[in-house]
Amino acid sequence: MAKIGDRIKRTEDRRFLTGAGRYVDDLQLARCTHAYFLRSPHAHARIKSIDVAAAKAAPGVVEIFTGKDVADSKVGSLICGWVVKDKHGQPHKAPAHPAIALDTVRYVGDTVAMVIAETYAQAKDAAEQIAVDYEVLPASIDPVKTLDAGASQVHADVPGNLCYDWELGEKAKVDAAFATAAHVTKLDLVNNRLIPNAMEPRAAAAEYDRGTGNYTLYTTSQNPHVARLVLSAFVLGIPEHKLRVVAPDVGGGFGSKIFIYADETLVVWAAGKIQRAIKWTAERGESFMTDAHGRDHVTHAELAMDKDGKFLAFKVDTIANLGAYLSTFATAVPTYLYATLLAGQYTTPLIYCNVRAAFTNTAPVDAYRGAGRPEATYLVESIVSKAASEMKIDAAELRRRNFIAPDAFPYQTPVALTYDSGNYAPILDQAMQLADYAGAAGRKATAKASGKLRGVGICSYIEACGIAPSAVVGSLGAGVGLWESAELRFNPTGNLQILTGSHSHGQSHETTFAQIVSDKLGIPMDQIEVVHGDTSQVPFGMGTYGSRSLPVGGSAIMKAADKIIAKGKTIAAHLMEASEADIVFEDGTFKVAGTDKAVPLGQAVFAAYVPHNYPSDKLEPGMDENAFYDPSNFTYPSGTQICEVEIDPDTGVVDIVNFVAVDDFGNIVNPMIVEGQVHGGIAQGVGQALLENAVYDKESGQLLSGSYMDYCMPRADNLPSFKLGYQVTPCPHNPLGVKGCGEAGAIAAPAAVMNAVRDALAQVGAQDRIEMPATPRAVWEAIHAQ
Amino acid sequence: MYDFEYHKPKSVADAVAALKKASDGKFMAGGMTLIPTLKQRLAQPSDVIDLGAIGDLRGIKVDGNTVTIGAMTKHAEVAASAEVAKAIPALAKLAANIGDGQVRNRGTIGGSVANSDPAADYPAAVLALGATITTNERKIAADDFFKGLFETALKEGEIITSISFPTATKAAYMKFPNPASRYAMVGVFVAQTASGPRVAVTGAGACAFRVKEMEDALAKNWSPDAVAGVKVPADGLNGDIHGSPEYRAHLVTVMAKRAVAAAG
Repeated sequence: MAKIGDRIKRTEDRRFLTGAGRYVDDLQLARCTHAYFLRSPHAHARIKSIDVAAAKAAPGVVEIFTGKDVADSKVGSLICGWVVKDKHGQPHKAPAHPAIALDTVRYVGDTVAMVIAETYAQAKDAAEQIAVDYEVLPASIDPVKTLDAGASQVHADVPGNLCYDWELGEKAKVDAAFATAAHVTKLDLVNNRLIPNAMEPRAAAAEYDRGTGNYTLYTTSQNPHVARLVLSAFVLGIPEHKLRVVAPDVGGGFGSKIFIYADETLVVWAAGKIQRAIKWTAERGESFMTDAHGRDHVTHAELAMDKDGKFLAFKVDTIANLGAYLSTFATAVPTYLYATLLAGQYTTPLIYCNVRAAFTNTAPVDAYRGAGRPEATYLVESIVSKAASEMKIDAAELRRRNFIAPDAFPYQTPVALTYDSGNYAPILDQAMQLADYAGAAGRKATAKASGKLRGVGICSYIEACGIAPSAVVGSLGAGVGLWESAELRFNPTGNLQILTGSHSHGQSHETTFAQIVSDKLGIPMDQIEVVHGDTSQVPFGMGTYGSRSLPVGGSAIMKAADKIIAKGKTIAAHLMEASEADIVFEDGTFKVAGTDKAVPLGQAVFAAYVPHNYPSDKLEPGMDENAFYDPSNFTYPSGTQICEVEIDPDTGVVDIVNFVAVDDFGNIVNPMIVEGQVHGGIAQGVGQALLENAVYDKESGQLLSGSYMDYCMPRADNLPSFKLGYQVTPCPHNPLGVKGCGEAGAIAAPAAVMNAVRDALAQVGAQDRIEMPATPRAVWEAIHAQ
Repeated sequence: MYDFEYHKPKSVADAVAALKKASDGKFMAGGMTLIPTLKQRLAQPSDVIDLGAIGDLRGIKVDGNTVTIGAMTKHAEVAASAEVAKAIPALAKLAANIGDGQVRNRGTIGGSVANSDPAADYPAAVLALGATITTNERKIAADDFFKGLFETALKEGEIITSISFPTATKAAYMKFPNPASRYAMVGVFVAQTASGPRVAVTGAGACAFRVKEMEDALAKNWSPDAVAGVKVPADGLNGDIHGSPEYRAHLVTVMAKRAVAAAG
């Protein structure tokens, strides 16, 4: 039997590593056509005319749809599912987002036409025959300048390109605290724009059954039920029970596959129109252009301290780029998932945050691994290290002085969240010991003697995971509840399916969920199948993002398992002719306490399906229980990362020579899988800090980093061997005591790396001249700037 | 990619004949540039003439002080060649660091040199070692070969058959890779040749070029310090999101210094 805490190899890896996974593009639907989307080559242009006649006559073409066809069919606008109210209580501006542009294109990659043909090559060939007459308009690309008076308007109905001007906290109190400060540290910071780059590009395949009127959409989704709900209730009007959404094996999401895009919307809609199956898989270049991007903040922040470095107040002014249209959860990311994290691990009593969200002629921006929390952490941890340097207090010591004490939990922050648990100092201690923090100064001196610049950087992060208590997010504008569902469905022979509303696209649910049930019910792992991703099989579920699958989805599974045990107890009591009160469940067996009488769970299951000798007066037959779990709070993983870098001042190359991460994820189910999550997260965080950057030409709005030739993904040789450690304070409010681990690495690593880079560059006075990504060029220019 | 006629001739003569017959034909060596270009629909040749079946174009021969490498010899073959490693170790090492394993097992020296990609590695070696490019029509000195961005002295229908490298008493190549593509952002090949020191730079300009001032300095004093003070002008060098012309100019000096140090 597997136990919680065992280092079990992933059961899904056999099929993934031997090429036996089944992804959307692997599906072979009968009489399938292929779609190609003609995309705008301009960042902003008026479509004066569009002529598809020649393209329609091209070989193999089945149908071509333009914006007019979509509008004529009453296809609704793509939606944003979270209403953020601005500082005056007004809802955010929500300009229309047609699946195909009607008369104006607003970013390079905006959809202009859908070409459907017998083969993909024919569709692509035909698309070249479409004559579009564009009137190119000036584009607003820069998130700061787009808010300037006179900037080109992205949407006619959004004056000044401002989606909302939002605030959290009491400005007057914060200002008053600043007036009493012994020292104020100020910081201007850019959080660079990222492109998600899931290994599997987005894809959609749909078929329409004219006999039943049922639609089936196979798509790369992190949340197939949410996709079905949005497509049904808001965009296409297909009744929910007539649309089945299947997300089969999905190769990575990182947030980018939460959202409901134009592409899958059009594929399912058009399948009904042409009454044939349609398949579309993004080319990598399309992924770069049209996957929702991440981050892209420009921030000014100030931290007020007393003479001992105790934080008095924190003031933040952020401009967040939302791109050309609102993606599905775009509005929430730079507000409720960002400003609420600005307390970090500290007792800062007063915080004020103002966020202006801007439209630009760039791809939509939405949640990307961490979603708001990496932006908050990078800001808090950068300014804390800068403050330490200005106050001449060691960076670890300054953090320690401001930590929330372990006996202060539950701790109400000034930015809405109530932290449930944590113990930050032992984490910092362990990280410092693993990193040999005490020896850093010596290593810096040694490096300097050989012409290298060494530096060490700390990041002590907090995150809010396990999204989320439905009532809380509802009060903040979310259009959905964020509970999770589970069903445990036994078969008569005693094996078991776990049906979960969360979705695995790399997170190892098939192993982890089987492991917690194996531990709980005493059933071998190979007798358990995890089923997910199909709205026709699993109960309505909310999907996977925000490190929620184990804390929320896993909790639902545990609740369903409790119901199985309760039912099994009644059956076992009946079979053993014992009182139910005397039955205990241990190691997969119901026993009468104090006797050697025992009924294995499998026997109870069999009795439930073949109820010849059964407590029919008390129970229905069958062994199939479901549960819904709505968390009472977020979970709050925390940790400290320490990074040490060595910079070659001749080339500007930053070499990460040491990297330590100590995390408190609460209880850990499978340490190997958690390590994988932490490693991957750190790689993405290092990617943001040193390598990755989505760059648009500031005038033309062309994506300059539109392929791997120019967009630098982290590779193995960019990374050292990580040193990991754990501290455990179990989550007090979910049955497993777990907190979530999927995003921590990506949330914390940028600040750890950049604090190390700044510490190194401080030796040549260049610490304030560097932004992410600290590429060789950027570092060299920082060193040599006058 | 668009449709094209595919040919796989067995001899250079047949390849040339196929090109002459085609309305807009294109030779393909390893295809490491052409295939991605076709897949991006950035080229639409009527005919692709694959040189891969011409056995005469493959192989490595060391004869006295000359290493002759057939144009269709793959990077991996050069990298793995004990003879090359013995005669011109820097050349074998350069080949071993081109692209990745897949590229090295497909890409060819002739294709790389004929393409004159500004960020390719081989052109630096060809120029610094003073190689001779042999075609089906003539022999071309390295100094006369690279003409500009993707431009060489090759005429229509001319195929590189082999490249002959004179050995050097000292040689080394130092590449500063583009962080994303890993192509050379700046690569400097230095060689102490029979006719004196030669320094060639790839990645920084429109095509590989020599740095006369560094060569003169090395002629007087073969040491890293000799080139440390030589700055190439940034004017006319490549600039992109990864490096400004000024940064590239700076890297030329840094990589030259390191190459001289590595050459010993």
